[in-house]
Order: sequence, then C-alpha cells, then structure tokens
Amino acid sequence: MAAKAIGPVRRSFAPWNDPNAKPFIEFRNVTKTFGDFTAVDDLSLGIYEREFFALLGPSGCGKTTLMRMVAGFEEPTRGHVLLDGQDLVGIPPYRRPTNMMFQSYALFPHMSVWENIAFGLKQDGMPKADIVARVDEMLTLVKLEQFAKRKPHQLSGGQRQRVALARSLAKKPKVLLLDEPLGALDKKLREETQFELTDLQMRLGMTFLIVTHDQEEAMTVADRIAVMDRGKIIQIATPAEIYEQPNSRYVADFIGDINLLEGRLSSVGAGGAKLECVGTGATVDVAQDVSARVGDQAWFAIRPEKVTISLTPPADPNVNAVSGEVWDIGYLGDVSIYHVRLATGATVKSTITNTTRLVERPITWEDKVWLSWTRDGGVVLTR
Amino acid sequence: MAVTDTQPTPPPGIAAPAALAKRGRLRWLVVAIPYVWMLLLFLVPFFIVVKISFSTTAIALPPYTPVFDLSGGLSGIWDSVKEFTFDNYVFLTEDSLYWRSYLTSLRIAFVSTVLILIVAYPIAYGMARARKEWRPSLLMLVILPFWTSFLIRVYAWIGILKQEGLLNQFLLWLGVIDKPLVIMSTDWAVYIGIVYSYLPFMILPLYAALEKMDETLLEAAADLGCPPIQAFWKITFPLSLPGVVAGCFLVFIPVVGEFVIPDLLGGSNTIMIGRTLWNEFFNNRDWPVASAVAVILLLILVIPIVYFQNQQQKEAEKAR
Repeated sequence: MAAKAIGPVRRSFAPWNDPNAKPFIEFRNVTKTFGDFTAVDDLSLGIYEREFFALLGPSGCGKTTLMRMVAGFEEPTRGHVLLDGQDLVGIPPYRRPTNMMFQSYALFPHMSVWENIAFGLKQDGMPKADIVARVDEMLTLVKLEQFAKRKPHQLSGGQRQRVALARSLAKKPKVLLLDEPLGALDKKLREETQFELTDLQMRLGMTFLIVTHDQEEAMTVADRIAVMDRGKIIQIATPAEIYEQPNSRYVADFIGDINLLEGRLSSVGAGGAKLECVGTGATVDVAQDVSARVGDQAWFAIRPEKVTISLTPPADPNVNAVSGEVWDIGYLGDVSIYHVRLATGATVKSTITNTTRLVERPITWEDKVWLSWTRDGGVVLTR
Repeated sequence: MAVTDTQPTPPPGIAAPAALAKRGRLRWLVVAIPYVWMLLLFLVPFFIVVKISFSTTAIALPPYTPVFDLSGGLSGIWDSVKEFTFDNYVFLTEDSLYWRSYLTSLRIAFVSTVLILIVAYPIAYGMARARKEWRPSLLMLVILPFWTSFLIRVYAWIGILKQEGLLNQFLLWLGVIDKPLVIMSTDWAVYIGIVYSYLPFMILPLYAALEKMDETLLEAAADLGCPPIQAFWKITFPLSLPGVVAGCFLVFIPVVGEFVIPDLLGGSNTIMIGRTLWNEFFNNRDWPVASAVAVILLLILVIPIVYFQNQQQKEAEKAR
C-alpha cells in the first residue's frame, strides 16, 4: 500500500478553497417534499472531484434523500442536481454514471459473488474477456479471490460488505455513493474498514459521497463533512474545523462531547470577546472575533479535553478559571471524565488522559478542584 | 439411554441425559402424529387399492376375488396372494382408451398450468407491490371464492358459457358476434373452468415468494445499469421460482385427476383419466381395473416429482 505517498497529497488537497475550482457534483436550490414532509429544503452544495464527502446527521435529516437524488431513485421536487456539468434531473438510475453501495448491501441472492460483481459490466455489454479481467481485479482489490463461486448467504457480514463494495466499484463510476456502508459491521471491523475505505479512495482517485449518522465514521473517512438537520445544511467544513470551530450549538452538540454554557456578551472586539456566563457565574474571556452585539445571548462551548482540572488555582492570571467539586468520575480506561459541579449548580465535564497506570487517583470524588482553560480553548456560539 | 461409568459427567449448563431423552421423546411424539395420520388415512387405503388392482373381477360383494380371509391365518393370506394377477395392468396397455385418457389429462393439466401461471403472476405481482395496508384485503379477495361450494361455482359456469348463457348474450348485445359461440362441452370450457377454479392455488405461493423479496435489489439492479423490464427477468423472476414451482405442483397434480370440471363443462370427447376412473368404478363396476388405473396415475405423478426434488436437493448441495 502506498500509504507514505498519500500523506502529503492528502494534506494539500483542498479544492474548496480554490476559487477557480468547479464543483463535480452540484446541488442547486434542491427541494424534495414527500406529501407534507420536506426532506430537503432549498439546499445548495458543491462537491469536488476526488473528494471524500460525508453527509452527516440524525435519521430523517434528509441526507439519504440527497444521496438518492444523485443515484436517481428520487427526483428533486424543485432545483437541479448536476454531475460533471450535466443536469441529472430526468435521467433514470440505469443511465447514470454513478454507483451505489447499499446499506443492506442488496447483493443478488441467486447469483454467486463473481456474478454479482459482473452484473453491471454485463449490463454495459462489455466483452467477455474484459469482464473476467475486471471482476478478477475487483476480487483481488477486496481480497475475496477464493470466494468467487460462493453465494452471498455463504459469506460473513464483512465479506458481504466487500462484495457490495467491489460490485459498486466494478463499473468505475464517476461517483461512488455509500449509504451507511459500515452500519452492519461490529465496532472493530468497522474501524478497520474505515481506514481501508479512505486508502481505497485515495488509490483509485475517485469521488466518494458517504451518508452516515455516525460522527466518528464521518470524521475518520471524509475530507469534508456537511452536518445536516431537517433538510438543511448547518455547516460544511473539514473534520477538524467541524470539531474545533462548530458554527452552532447543533453542530457542537452533534459532534463529540461538549460543555455548553449560556450567557450574555459583555464585550466584543477584534481579537477577543467577553461573555457573562450564567452557568459558571464568571466572565469568560475568549480570543475570538464574535459577530454579535454586546448584550446578545450567546453560548460558550468547550470540549472536555480542553478543560484542565487541578487541586490548586492556576498560576497564570490570563486563563479562565472556576472552582467546583468533583461530582462523578467516568473511567473509560484510556481517559477519565470528571463531572464537576460548580457553585451555580451547573456541571462541567473535563477529560483527562490516563498517562500512567494509576492505582490511586490524585483527584477523587468530592474533592474541591479548579477548572481552567486558555483563551482559545473554547468558542462562543451565537446560535 | 444407558449411562455407563466411562462417560464423563456433562459440564454444568448442559442438560442431563435423562432430561434430553425426555425432550427427545416429546419431539418424536409431535413428529409422529402427522405420520400416523398419513399412515392410517393415506398409506393403508392406498395399499388396499394396490391389492384390489391385483385382483380379478367377480360378481360378488365386494366385486373382486380374492378377499383376504383372516380366519385362515397366514397360510390363508398366502393362498390369496397366490391368486394375484397382473392382468389388469396388461389390460390397460391393450385398450387405447386408457393411455389416451392419461395423455389427455396430462395435456390438459400442462396447458392449464401454463395458462394459470400466466394469469396468476401479474395478479400476485400486483398484490405483492400494492401498499402494505391493502395487501390483507387483496389476499382476502383471492380466498373469497372458497367460501362458496366448488360444485356450485362450476355449475355457475354452465350458466355463463352455455348457448343462451350470459357470455353469449353479452357478446350478441355488444354486436361482436352474430350467432352464439359454442363453448360449453368443448375443451375451452374445461380450460376456463380449471383456470378459474385453481387460480388461487397459484396466486398464493407466488404472492408469498414475491412479497418477501427485498425491493432494494431492484434498485441495485437499476443502479448497475439494468432497465426495469430486464431487471424483472434477471432478478424478480429467478427469485420467485420457488413460488412458481410450488404453485405449478399445487395446480398440475390435482388437475391431472380432475373429475368434476371435465364432467360438467367438457364434452363427451374430453375424456380425462378422472372420468375413466369413475366409469370403471360406477358404470362397469370393475374395481380391479379402476384400481390399476388409479395406481398408474399415482406413479405417473409421483415418479417425476421425486426425481425433480432429488435434482433440486443435489443442486442445493452443490452450491454449498
């Protein structure tokens, strides 16, 4: 595997920052309604060639509908879906240059693994010798050479998943659509497969569009993530941006664990803002340009691992600090999560990496502790 | 079950041998009930028929000899067995009436099965693809005719198909025909009657097979470049084959031996084996020949089916 060569390529891959780059898949003001229900609401989105793009959101947020409009199983009620400059609206699924890997895999139960993978190629009228070569190539790619003659029901879940992947890749689609591709696998296998998928996508240089409700999966595989809610996109950004700079409480809360504390802005300006925080009962100082007015309602959001916990007040006067009492400890092996109850009654979580094999905790239940974080540790959210 | 001291005691969590044995006996009881039923009500009568088919006609009660006389003991039965004869079977090959009847029956059963399959498939398909809340009602409509006597329904067809019947009157009124069609007492009437009567037996297994099919398979086929009509032949139809086979068996087997429909709707030249059998039993009172006809009919049906199922089994094992 050419893992070494991939790193730098991947790091410099950011066509969405290039004003001259043209989107490969484009949704233009797409709306889709089912009766009274609006699944996708006036949504516009551009996905670039060779990008691994994730649509992330809870069930019913419209992410699957959006993908099915690319595949052709749904037509938009209003708006356009373009692929490589061509409007897809009105083209039936069997004439679209996309292929989909289904959540249920949808392998043909009466056909062998070989026949399943060859199905799309035969449909294109590819010469027999080419089909044989291509299917063998695909079987090698997913490491299923010795299972070619098996029927789907004779395979394990993980093997079936790989057959489904090989079948959808066989026709070299312009876009590969992945509908919750790893949902049916157990945790260990899922994690392995996530890395295999990214590796595969890099090697093949194809555009992948994945739909998932699993934020960890989206973070692992995708170049960019669109977080969706009720038919609208809330934020589109790289995994790191989504995690560190969420643009709303919805995104902050959906991705990972976070402390959300309500308050009112007392000062805004270039390079800094102050928030009178009801939750902590103190002023929170952040290094952030907040585009809101003094007096507006806002929320301070900080990840538990950015909150430092100590038995003594922090020495540096520039950091934010509050005191409280350890209410609960969650020991997860690699990390411990401390739930600290403040004087105001609010609870703030702080995560500590367990770097030593502790026998006795230095900080334990009912200890009086100080929580502190730097000025750029958290963000102020105005919606 | 004998537990010798060389056997290790089972580890905890595994049922003791005595409990297992008890469960085993219960299982056998459950399995045995239908087999005993079949033995008493199918196998024993069938052997009586086989026995009669080896007998000779006699003007007596019952109308054949030998009759087993249990008072004579084993030797008495052996004396009776020595009187057995193959003459009835030989007779079946000598008179063309019999093999013609067999052939007519098989032909009518085959054509009917094909016709029923063609009519039933779209109905079953439509039912399986109908909205979920409609399906029980549609299923009910298919089963509804069973609530009226089969005989009455066949009689009703006489009223529809005869010279001055409903169908002819309707066609005359429409002006499609100038003079009434002759449908009654022809093979057409027999086919119409059979297709009508046996349709549910084909629809139900087809529906069962089509209903459990995962519709995303069709989406997957479309996604891979397969238009809907091709997808039907490449995906839907092969996956419904178990239903097709079950339906064909359920229709073909009883239609071969069908008596009421050809008797009421068919003409004097539609001689199916069921009618021949009836004639032998009740008009000629030749029980031995009638029994031979019945035994041959059974063999004609059973041998190909057993062969077919064997082949299926082999194929299933090969795929494993």
